[in-house]
Amino acid sequence: MNTGFLTLFKIIISAAFVDNIILARYIGLCPYIGMSSSVANSIGMGMAVTFVMVLASIVTWVLWNFIFVPLGLEYLRIMVFILVIATLVQLVEILLKKNVPNLYRAMGIYLPLITTNCAILAVTFLGVDYGYTLLQVVVYSISVALGFTVALVLLAGIRERLRLARVPQFWQGYPIVFVATCLLAIAFLGFKGLVK
Amino acid sequence: MMREFWHYFRNGLLGENPVLKLMIGLCSVLAVSVRVENCLGMGAAVIFVLTCSSLVISLIRNFVPNEVRIPIFIVVISTFTTIVDLVMKAYLPPLSKAMGIFIPLIVVNCIIMARAEAFASRKPPLLAVADALGMGVGYTLVITAIGIVRELFGYGEILSHPVFPRAYQGMMAMILPPGAFLLIGISIALLNWSLRKVKS
Repeated sequence: MNTGFLTLFKIIISAAFVDNIILARYIGLCPYIGMSSSVANSIGMGMAVTFVMVLASIVTWVLWNFIFVPLGLEYLRIMVFILVIATLVQLVEILLKKNVPNLYRAMGIYLPLITTNCAILAVTFLGVDYGYTLLQVVVYSISVALGFTVALVLLAGIRERLRLARVPQFWQGYPIVFVATCLLAIAFLGFKGLVK
Repeated sequence: MMREFWHYFRNGLLGENPVLKLMIGLCSVLAVSVRVENCLGMGAAVIFVLTCSSLVISLIRNFVPNEVRIPIFIVVISTFTTIVDLVMKAYLPPLSKAMGIFIPLIVVNCIIMARAEAFASRKPPLLAVADALGMGVGYTLVITAIGIVRELFGYGEILSHPVFPRAYQGMMAMILPPGAFLLIGISIALLNWSLRKVKS
């Protein structure tokens, strides 16, 4: 029991900080650059990503372990996982719109963007590749989403300040955002070696 | 027709370069560009998937109902991605291992979806192929350029051949994520600068 808890703790720290999905693994950069113009937006996006990431990991894990591996259909993985995610996003959108309109208003507009978010697909692949149990997959996807949200909100905060700064002409727009990301990544390098 | 072909092909190389101008498909650019060899492999994989799926999507564009076009595009793209993934695993296992999860992630590479949606689903097959080739080659050029800088300064090698004297230690920053982010920022700034220069 004790070692199980320790493994979970390790998964949380390494997925959220040490192997931060954006700043250490370069996955999910498009929404990171695209949705980080204001802190409010980035929180909405973070929520939507967390929600879909956890759901998608659970569904794909169950499909993988109970259908694909027993039937030897591993080669269909890419196609099926992406379709599962696309369907899931649609489903979540419809359900939220109908039943929880408040939540839908907060994160509805971000949902369609998530279908082609590589972070979601990557987490479903990695959760299967690492051979996690269902509980571990849930914890893993929550912590990856947490790391994603932290990086996104941090960058959004920086970009809100950058609007007031005087940036040299050719560095305006995306280039300065990447420089800020570089500095963030250096900060996150400090977590290296925390988990073996 | 031939002139149009070249027009759309060139478009992807510089004016609308997918990576530096449209800011799409960044993940794989940063992740794979540690070695030039990986960059060429990734470039070839993306060109293959992009061209084949653009061709197929353009051919079926008149039969696809508008409401379900996205899932259909996804199925087409993921078919070709699966082909690349399996072929690389079978014939180039070291390369496939080095690129790891980024081969299956080609399926969500925004370049391919964006070109399918914005171009291939509206234009005849020949032009769709021209656009796909242009975008693919533009992507490969950027990723290889960044790969050359990172491998040269990070390891002192090009394509695993030593370039600098043995005493060269290698800049860790170039291999680690911060260097990659900084380099892509610098290349976008450089492109903005040169485009402005050409215009004036």
